[in-house]
Amino acid sequence: MIVIFLAIGLLIMSTILLSMYRAVLGPGVFNRIAASNVIGTKVIVLLVVIGYIFERPMFIDISLLYAILNLVSTLIIAKYLERGEICSS
Amino acid sequence: MLVIDVIATVLMGVGAFFMITGAVGLLRFPDFYTRLHATGKCDTLGEVLIIAGCMVYEGFSFITIKLLLLMVFIFIANPVGTHAIMKAAYLTGVKPWKKGDKRM
Repeated sequence: MIVIFLAIGLLIMSTILLSMYRAVLGPGVFNRIAASNVIGTKVIVLLVVIGYIFERPMFIDISLLYAILNLVSTLIIAKYLERGEICSS
Repeated sequence: MLVIDVIATVLMGVGAFFMITGAVGLLRFPDFYTRLHATGKCDTLGEVLIIAGCMVYEGFSFITIKLLLLMVFIFIANPVGTHAIMKAAYLTGVKPWKKGDKRM
């Protein structure tokens, strides 16, 4: 079963490499933000699969924390690009 | 292999297929909005399917509840992030792609 988890992890890593093209070369800032959001949500699943490969369930807590951080960073960057400021006084 | 392992393998394989489809859509579509259309749905479904495969493989324990929480959070958080980025782009003035235009 570890072979199957390794194969799934390699497939997720290939999709991260495909998304990295749009994150580096994408025209404009919005394409880069969208690609970085996509990479962050793929990394969550990659952490869960890595936890099953190494047989350490501790990685699931790290992936929960990473999911919350990814959502908050994406929302803050989107609000900043929309308004030009983070906190409206 | 047990029956549970076969079910988990099928679920994770389908999830990996959806994630590869979303990545190809992010590369190949001509516009910002169509790219987010590809990734916002395919990535959500693929990640949730992979986590569901891990839940089936795990059985019933405390880790399963954590994985269920993670699944519900991804179902809520991923469309919210996509919607926020798309609304910011629309209010800033990114034009949608029409047929015959140059690829952006």
